[in-house]
Amino acid sequence: MSEHNGHILSVKLLTAVLAVLLLLTFITVAATRVDFGYLKVVVALALATTKSLFVILFFMHLKYEDRFIKIIVFLCFLILAIFIGMTFLDVAYR
Amino acid sequence: MSNTHVHKDYHGAKLGMWLFLFTEVLLFGGLFVLYSVFLSKYPLEFHEAGKELDVVIGTLNTVVLLVSSYFVALAISFIQRGDKKKAVLFTWLTMAMALMFLVNKFFEWKAKFSHGIYPTSPHLADLPHGENIFFGLYYIMTGLHGIHVVIGMTVLGFMVNFLRRDIITQEDFVKLENAGLYWHIVDLVWIFLFPLFYLVL
Repeated sequence: MSEHNGHILSVKLLTAVLAVLLLLTFITVAATRVDFGYLKVVVALALATTKSLFVILFFMHLKYEDRFIKIIVFLCFLILAIFIGMTFLDVAYR
Repeated sequence: MSNTHVHKDYHGAKLGMWLFLFTEVLLFGGLFVLYSVFLSKYPLEFHEAGKELDVVIGTLNTVVLLVSSYFVALAISFIQRGDKKKAVLFTWLTMAMALMFLVNKFFEWKAKFSHGIYPTSPHLADLPHGENIFFGLYYIMTGLHGIHVVIGMTVLGFMVNFLRRDIITQEDFVKLENAGLYWHIVDLVWIFLFPLFYLVL
């Protein structure tokens, strides 16, 4: 059964990912204390998306999963994006 | 049991967990849609109401959750190497961070309550409609997230027990991996809740 022991993440890599996440958190806080107006939401969400990519790829191990799991995770977020996009088309043209 | 062959579907176990996580993503996704529609409808009211939230507590809780995600990832890494002691230690530490998160949340909510901001409070009823909606979403979204933290903590508690009893071992650790996946989703949701409620307004 140990064919699955395959990929073990090193403490070093995990620590580096945590460092990136903490850094991005402080950048988010600093960036949103500056008044960008409407861009603020865009900046905050872009940084949050970057953070979640690090969490999904490394902490959640997706980088090392097989193609099938990668594709369905992508599809899940695609469906969410369509869901949000359609709602906004409705709100914008109401 | 050692000489009977037990079939374990590692891939299936993980796939099942991911499928469950998709339902979680869509559950919170629906609430995020609600948030963004009301934000575009009441930008000024959201801005006013958002000032009530404490950025320091929010940032602290973000750090706490990120570190907890790191700890559970470490626990998995250690059990894969066969270091049961460290795997148990880091699962405990993950739970400790979860508890810290909840304690912070408790004090945060308590402060809001003492300002008269809680669901159905007379003070909220007097506020402009948009601010009322903001706090409604705040309590529903952080509350639902909080319930997930409690569930995650409970699940991790079982994992500590499983590690101790050698139900989770170097050869068979998918339970801990799946518990970790659940915990990371809790962290992911917060990664979006934090800027939307505490920062952009």
